Amino acid sequence: MQAKKRYLISLLTGASLVLLLYFGGVPGPAPATSRHERARGGGGGGRRSGQPWPHASEPFQPFSPGDETDTEEYNAHVSPRQKREVHASVYRGKRCRMDSCFDFSLCRRNGFKVYVYPQQKGEKISESYQSILAAIEGSRFYTSDPSQACLFVLSLDTLDRDQLSPHYVHNLKSKVQSLPLWNDGRNHLVFNLYSGTWPDYTEDLGFDIGQAMLAKASVSTENFRPGFDVSIPLFPKEHPRSGGERGHLRANSIPPFRKYMLVFKGKRYLTGIGSDTRNALYHVHNAEDVVLLTTCKHGKDWQKHKDARCDKDNAEYDKYDYREMLHNSTFCLVPRGRRLGSFRFLEALQIPSTVRSIHQDKILALRQQTQFLWEAYFSSVEKIVLTTLEIIQDRVLQHTARSSLMWNSHPGGLFTLPQYSSYLGDFPFYYAGLGIKPYPKFTAVIHAVTPLVSQSQPILKLLVAVAKSQYCAQIIVLWNCDKPLPAKHRWPATSVPVIVIEGENKVMSSRFQPYESIITDAVLSLDEDTVLSTTEVDFAFTVWQSFPERIVGYPARSHFWDSNKERWGYTSKWTNDYSMVLTGAAIYHRYYHYLYTHFLPSSLKNMVDQLANCEDILMNFLVSAVTKLPPIKVTQKKQYKETMMGQSSRASRWADPDHFAQRQTCMNKFASWFGGMPLVHSQMRLDPVLFKDQVSILRKKYREIERL
Amino acid sequence: MCASVKYSSRGPALIPRMKTKHRIYYITLFSVVLLGLIATGMFQFWPHSIESSPEWTLDRRSVHDAPLVKLPVSSPIPERGDLSCRMHTCFDVYRCGYNPKNRIKVYIYPLQRFVDEVGVPISSTGLSREYNDLLSAISDSDFYTDDVTRACLFVPSIDVLNQNSLRIRETAQALAMLPRWDKGMNHLLFNMLPGGPPDYNTALDVPRDRALLAGGGFSTWTYRQGYDVSIPVYSPLSAEVDLPEKQPGPRRYFILSSQTAIHREYRTELERLKEENGEALLLLDKCSNLSQGMASARKRCYKGQVYDYPQILQESSFCVVLRGARLGQATLSDVLQAGCVPVIMADSYILPFSEVLDWKRASVVIPEEKLPEMYTILKSIPHRQVEEMQRQARWFWEAYFRSMKAIGLTTLQIINDRIYPYAARTYEEWNNPPVVKWSSVSNPLFLPLIPPRSPGFTAVVLTYDRVESLFRVITEISKVPSLAKLLVVWNNQNKSPPEESLWPKIAVPLRVVRTKENKLSNRFFPFDEIETEAVLAIDDDIIMLTSDELQFGYEVWREFPDRLVGYPGRLHLWDHEMGKWKYESEWTNEVSMVLTGAAFYHKYFNYLYTYKMPGDIKNWVDAHMNCEDIAMNFLVANITGKAPIKVTPRKKFKCPECTAIDGLSLDQTHMVERSECINKFASVFGTMPLKVVEHRADPVLYKDDFPEKLKSFPNIGSL
Repeated sequence: MQAKKRYLISLLTGASLVLLLYFGGVPGPAPATSRHERARGGGGGGRRSGQPWPHASEPFQPFSPGDETDTEEYNAHVSPRQKREVHASVYRGKRCRMDSCFDFSLCRRNGFKVYVYPQQKGEKISESYQSILAAIEGSRFYTSDPSQACLFVLSLDTLDRDQLSPHYVHNLKSKVQSLPLWNDGRNHLVFNLYSGTWPDYTEDLGFDIGQAMLAKASVSTENFRPGFDVSIPLFPKEHPRSGGERGHLRANSIPPFRKYMLVFKGKRYLTGIGSDTRNALYHVHNAEDVVLLTTCKHGKDWQKHKDARCDKDNAEYDKYDYREMLHNSTFCLVPRGRRLGSFRFLEALQIPSTVRSIHQDKILALRQQTQFLWEAYFSSVEKIVLTTLEIIQDRVLQHTARSSLMWNSHPGGLFTLPQYSSYLGDFPFYYAGLGIKPYPKFTAVIHAVTPLVSQSQPILKLLVAVAKSQYCAQIIVLWNCDKPLPAKHRWPATSVPVIVIEGENKVMSSRFQPYESIITDAVLSLDEDTVLSTTEVDFAFTVWQSFPERIVGYPARSHFWDSNKERWGYTSKWTNDYSMVLTGAAIYHRYYHYLYTHFLPSSLKNMVDQLANCEDILMNFLVSAVTKLPPIKVTQKKQYKETMMGQSSRASRWADPDHFAQRQTCMNKFASWFGGMPLVHSQMRLDPVLFKDQVSILRKKYREIERL
Repeated sequence: MCASVKYSSRGPALIPRMKTKHRIYYITLFSVVLLGLIATGMFQFWPHSIESSPEWTLDRRSVHDAPLVKLPVSSPIPERGDLSCRMHTCFDVYRCGYNPKNRIKVYIYPLQRFVDEVGVPISSTGLSREYNDLLSAISDSDFYTDDVTRACLFVPSIDVLNQNSLRIRETAQALAMLPRWDKGMNHLLFNMLPGGPPDYNTALDVPRDRALLAGGGFSTWTYRQGYDVSIPVYSPLSAEVDLPEKQPGPRRYFILSSQTAIHREYRTELERLKEENGEALLLLDKCSNLSQGMASARKRCYKGQVYDYPQILQESSFCVVLRGARLGQATLSDVLQAGCVPVIMADSYILPFSEVLDWKRASVVIPEEKLPEMYTILKSIPHRQVEEMQRQARWFWEAYFRSMKAIGLTTLQIINDRIYPYAARTYEEWNNPPVVKWSSVSNPLFLPLIPPRSPGFTAVVLTYDRVESLFRVITEISKVPSLAKLLVVWNNQNKSPPEESLWPKIAVPLRVVRTKENKLSNRFFPFDEIETEAVLAIDDDIIMLTSDELQFGYEVWREFPDRLVGYPGRLHLWDHEMGKWKYESEWTNEVSMVLTGAAFYHKYFNYLYTYKMPGDIKNWVDAHMNCEDIAMNFLVANITGKAPIKVTPRKKFKCPECTAIDGLSLDQTHMVERSECINKFASVFGTMPLKVVEHRADPVLYKDDFPEKLKSFPNIGSL
């Protein structure tokens, strides 16, 4: 027994000893490496310093932060105002910045307005530059009065400054200098695509731009004045003026890899600037998933510089089809050419292949982002020009400028106007990204055009029904009737405030004005003769909360391409799909009021006002152009449509035979301004979950919708 | 440690029965071993500091005894910084090389004490506390290497944080003497207080060849975009004062000015603003008559009233940060720490880390000229945005300003991002505070896109052995016009699928995949055979869906390719009595899930389910043979922030043939388990991602009084 115990104990101690040796002898992983490394460092082996950075704990002196004392001395003899003036006089030319070469005071009076010099007789203007000027003149920034302007754009074509080019404008220097408003280029914007020429391709424009800003393709960091110049993409003369093709990405296939991993097809320059990069490509080419093709055929005398690889390269080059390659490659190489910018940049953006990355998720994201960028900023000359102007406007506005998030996420900077709000949560697009929800109530805006004569008028029923909705915050009656406002007591008593606004011009577009009194995110837009029950309103609003960036509403319409007449057609027939929801009964975000009023050109709004028609079509165009998605139709009681179209007080509008033709004309006019058809079809309607299901009506939340 | 405790408790029980002689012997031996064990354990498991303490003291001695280096008068001086320097001209990125971790290696020169020929040091302060902190932080980081040959970025141990304490010429000579200087290539200098009287230049005046400058007061004229790094001026109050985060919201004051050395022109304008707007503004200045011993840096005064600084900053919505002699101000750091929105008035100033930080979300920048309009400008900012900015300001301080370590490592990360741009941190990673990261979503399918109809969808049928029912399902689905391919996932390892000749003859390719284990997760595997974006997951007993219903479901999926689009809908509810989530399959007015027994979704989610499912959910599902659909609903809702779409009216989803034992979802205990699943998944996800909606999708003309034959999808809802 004793011996047994003794054995047991010695066994235990033995085991403990082994443990001790184990723990003591083999150091833990983390300290081991560091100690090991330090030991190596301490050994002073070879070129090692021998001394790692010490972790000293002794009381060092502080580095003396803040500069209060310095500032006091400094303030004693420098006036900040003088200092600013000194800056402005010193930093000129290549050192221009907004602070030194731009007169902000010009923008203060009338906002950001852009003036284009009148075109002079006998001056040739290239097609591309005409597109640029047309885009500015068609934009909401344009002014024809130079005294209103804060930015000036030349009518002299400065796009092609390659002396060898047929578009080169001679004597530009003297022409520019003789402009009365030139003022050493202050507050001027100069567009340029090509500068310099063979053999060195400098970025010199051949005339002194003075203090003018440069919007230039192919600008290198050495010459780029940050925060002052704007780098724009190089675009070909065939680039569409407005609208532009959508990106080619139609599907997010998984896994995201394509037939080729990386492709390039282009000229090889053999000698001179930019030749190094392209002459090196053949090293990477493997004719399988990496296909980098160059041709020596370039210019008249390429044979003279021909090297040993040329024949082989040229043969390989001809074997592949350029478009097939671009469409079937995961990545596209964009190597520099003679100049830094390249058409390939635009092409690569449109065809969704990105420049370089590794992970599949990243490829998926990059590919979608190329499409977003293409569609938002590159697909037409108009977008390139407007983006340039908006960038400059952001600098002028400064504290209300767009954040990077606005520029880099759908729908992009051109559709998010900073004057509306600088807060992301005020737009319908960023709720999910910010992790927030829209305000859970709506403001109803009723458009009233007929005098209030009887207590049985539909508008009064509508008022009562809407006011009963649990989500209704307030009701605005927009009085667009020629008769004077009815007395207050004529309106029914409701639990929510009713605000009556008298329309100033009594025009159709005023129903989409961003009234200050709209305090909710959601707007329920109503015609005075709309028949809706409280239940229907409630249901539509709950649906809208899931789709705050879309129009959610009741009666729907559709468009189609009339191939006989080669134009867009409009139909109000019952169809299996729809692409518009009438704004006589629809919920949408109040931001669209702002966009309608401030983004759309006055030409379209005037058309709507003159016809007193099509305002709903225009709103649908606008929202779909922003979202690239269809509106959402929710279910409705069936007699509603008949009332809407039939014997209502506004029968005149709908019964008018011209009414329909007008709407057709509107569609085509709008489509041409948008540069394409933004409307998108949908085949579905959203109904309450238990709609018409074989279950007791008592179980259903939205019973009214089913009752006839 | 555990082991030793166990032995000690067993020891005494045995010992008393032994002879004394032995007892003493064993006790002694045992105690020695035990003590040894405890000591080693302590040594092993204690944090680094103790382990490294011997070296530390050694190092501390080395700071004092750092070798003295005498600079000859004729020692070369570097050239002034070249303004045209960029990463591809003045920096050798190839030295960083390709590196699987995409991480640059940073070397720190050993400490030396530079003196001129007569023995006067080049700096009046020597190594400052802050620079020591910075270098220590770098040497503790992943960036650090002590192998000079592997380094691609070199940090001198010459402290140039404050130009005022430097002898310019001698400091420059000392830099040029560094063994790897090589015209300053790949060298990084940290400077927070540049310039000196009378002009106060905005970049360090020490000639430095091509060295990169991390500078604290750059103006747009001295900052070399994409080359230099703009850093904050560190405020020592960050370490001295602990200001707990204050909830965003309205504060006692609207605007607060706390700087003491404001130019009189500006102070006059601020006072005018105060006159106009009264109590909303608080203008603080130095305290003139503080009793001895009180730290004046920590007090501010207004008309004899004393306020604690920086605590008072927390009482205001906006805090003024005006330029001084220099553009960069330590006040900015204090203001951010207090969660007060900085109103920055310093024309041409390059804000700290502006290369990566979106300052528009955390600050208001106003031109100095517009100081008189400050109040109006700030009043026009929506309240919700101010709150967002307060939160953002505080987060910027926590992440990038709070210590020399944060400042130093952020600088290195920015340079790292330039060298490995394809592995760079994203905008969201740099800018989204944790609270936003948590509640927001980042939809992987974010492009608004309606995929074309033509590729169609792949139906994936999970089956075990119900061959007859399976064949009926196959026959039914094969009638759907947009079906592109049928994939049968054969989950029975004991039985082979029927011979090829026995399968129904259908017009599209039919593939059978055999699985290695009978796991529910197999249905969500991203099989290579699935070549379409759209997947229809369908059980082998779902035979009641009409071809119109399925085709319509596919059309709806095309409009919502980032969502689950399915037939039977389900709901999660909060059970107040039990205080937990409950699963609901009754006739409800709401939907938060769709069953994947019949649902369309994007193939990407298969990939997510298989490889990115958080926690042990996947194993849990396979072990319980249940809830794979709930897991999928959680996954999709969590990443997209969107609810699923239920399509078409409710049907009895009960197959006539299947008995209650056979069909999984009929079992009663099974339903209880599904409630458990919801609770389990919610805890793994750390949140309840499911979104409740009250709508379902029907064809536009569903139940409308319209000729059925003209409807695209007439056969909807039939039983």
